[in-house]
Amino acid sequence: MKNLVLLFVLGVLTFSVFSQEIPQVQIKDLDGKTVNTKTITSNNGKPVLVSFFATWCKPCVQELTALSEEYDDLKAETGVKIIAISTDNARSTSSVGPFVNARGWEFDVYLDPNGDFKRAMNVTNVPHTFLLDKTGKVVWQHTSYLQGDETETFEVIRKVAKGQSLK
Amino acid sequence: MKKITTIFLSLFGLGIFSVYSQDNNYGQINGNFQSDIQYYIEDEKINASAVEEKLLANSWANFTYSLGNFSAGFRYEGYMNSLLGYPNTGGINDGVGIPYRWAMFTNDNLEISVGNFYEQFGNGLVLRSYEEKMLGIDNALDGFKIKYSPVSGIYMKGLIGKQRYYWEMGPGVIRGFDTEIQFNELIQSFSESSLRFSLGGSFVSKFQKEDNPIYVLPSNVGAGAGRIDIKFKGLNLLSEYAYKINDPSADNNFIYKPGQAFLINATYSQKGLGIVLGTKWVDNMSFRSDRNASLTDLNINLLPEITRNHIYTLPAFYPYASQPNGEWGAKAEIMYKIKKGSKIGGKYGTTISLNYSRAHEIERTQINDTIPISASGTLGYNTKFFSIGDELYFQDFNIEISRKWNKKIYTNISYVNLFYNYNILRGVGGHDNVLANIAIADMTYKFTDVVALKTEFQGMFTKQDEGNWGLGLLELTIPSWFFTVFDNWNYGNPDPEKRPHYFSFGFGYVHGGSRIQLTYGKQRAGVMCIGGVCRNVPASNGVSLSISSTF
Repeated sequence: MKNLVLLFVLGVLTFSVFSQEIPQVQIKDLDGKTVNTKTITSNNGKPVLVSFFATWCKPCVQELTALSEEYDDLKAETGVKIIAISTDNARSTSSVGPFVNARGWEFDVYLDPNGDFKRAMNVTNVPHTFLLDKTGKVVWQHTSYLQGDETETFEVIRKVAKGQSLK
Repeated sequence: MKKITTIFLSLFGLGIFSVYSQDNNYGQINGNFQSDIQYYIEDEKINASAVEEKLLANSWANFTYSLGNFSAGFRYEGYMNSLLGYPNTGGINDGVGIPYRWAMFTNDNLEISVGNFYEQFGNGLVLRSYEEKMLGIDNALDGFKIKYSPVSGIYMKGLIGKQRYYWEMGPGVIRGFDTEIQFNELIQSFSESSLRFSLGGSFVSKFQKEDNPIYVLPSNVGAGAGRIDIKFKGLNLLSEYAYKINDPSADNNFIYKPGQAFLINATYSQKGLGIVLGTKWVDNMSFRSDRNASLTDLNINLLPEITRNHIYTLPAFYPYASQPNGEWGAKAEIMYKIKKGSKIGGKYGTTISLNYSRAHEIERTQINDTIPISASGTLGYNTKFFSIGDELYFQDFNIEISRKWNKKIYTNISYVNLFYNYNILRGVGGHDNVLANIAIADMTYKFTDVVALKTEFQGMFTKQDEGNWGLGLLELTIPSWFFTVFDNWNYGNPDPEKRPHYFSFGFGYVHGGSRIQLTYGKQRAGVMCIGGVCRNVPASNGVSLSISSTF
């Protein structure tokens, strides 16, 4: 019974609106340069979409492909910056660059091989996407990828870019 | 342990309610929650044995408090009792508690952690402390860690701690230090150069009291590694070498031979093309904070696999696992995107991936005529650096073609040919090695922008082990909901009595950072692997519920 109550409380907590600042974690870009997550998620007052993925994760690749197809138009319209965080471990970290390049993705891609940033953002499974507003606060998040989910993602990006509330 | 946790939690609580800053910023709390619950039904046909508790559950929740440069958190975990197939010898994992609690201070160039933490040096050849909940692995360190960057381009890490061993600590103490120099950041005039260059080095030492009645063992075992990373335009070369002094352990049958590991990856990429070549060589490189530990317990390092991580169900039946006692491996991978709008590429382009990998034993010779290879209390054997032995451990050739045909249809076709050395990789004897051909057709049809049907058909053809398998999957997705039906059929089992269907169906709901999934059905016994580490999953039949949430 106690567990059920706990579950319920957690459930309520989950579906309530939240806001979070991006924690400071050191990860690497594809050039091997150490960067701070605070720095890479700033975008001159425009929204930033942070997507956690892995090269072996099919839904992740489908989601990023769907985002990639609209990225140019969306960037022109809303100024959004999409950054993709690879959670591939040492087995496939060196393949991430070629994997991304071969697909022609234009996102900024970073490596988080031991899950430091993933853990700091409390991500349990990939794909997991966060949207940051102009102040750098997380205002929306989404886990998993179901076909067509990008429609909602585009919609919230447009709203956030216009400074509209998501409530 | 409990006392420390209580004190820590009180401090944590106090911290939250007493912190006050002028702009009334009380900080923020975030976290996540996951619970996997299964109700088990006995099923003799698939060898799913009865579970006394009937229902088992693995759950955990993280809570993180942060304010400015300060953050702290804890993870509450409960295994009541531990789900089947997770490491739980003699019920060692059953229970509830707070095995993970931490506090951290961070600013631009300094990070201080106390309590539990994870860390990886380089590629993990000498140190990788990590968690993989799906495998029941958590070798978090408990102690102190400092990261410091004196100038841009130089990154130093130092740590000391003990390792988590279920609800206890392992007996050993781990001390480690790592430095990385990124020359393009360090030297201003070099910052815009298209040649990028970095060097790194690490040293890790473990201490475990000498306790063996027969042998004199080293209490302190040191391991060092050096790495290099060079990039020039689309080219990248990354290599690491590690050496460990003699470390007699249950893993290597208590031999006094030093260990070595070497890996090198070369890649080239440009828009539309990616090429990856890699090789590795490992000799006697198991490194644990308890010399008597086995399975996935108390590993200090992790030797990354070189083979492809298969996600489709049938090729994942026969996964490769790193062999810390000795292995050679090589891989080649080409990814190519046929241009959008071209005749062959179609309107959206077509992506082709070719992947080949192979793993062998290393060459070992006797030290002299009288001592057999790997005899306890000896130097074990002789081997030459980068020697390749005759015995094949694993081979995998696969090709995958994915294409979006139009706004409605997406297909992904794969072919896999693999060789699996059953005896070596499962640690058994007398079993036939498996040679299998696998074909996979994965198609998604979108009825509207947000309603889609995914179909997946897989066939595995092999004369060995359990023979041929067929698999079918249907998944319907509508906004926020998904419904799946799945059948996995061992139609080609040499024994006609053992040709069961593993049928299951389920549905799930996703909203924001939360996900809930309910499944009813059967699961085949097998091996599940993530990142080179595997666990055995027993056959099961029943209802499972999975809830996860990030808040």
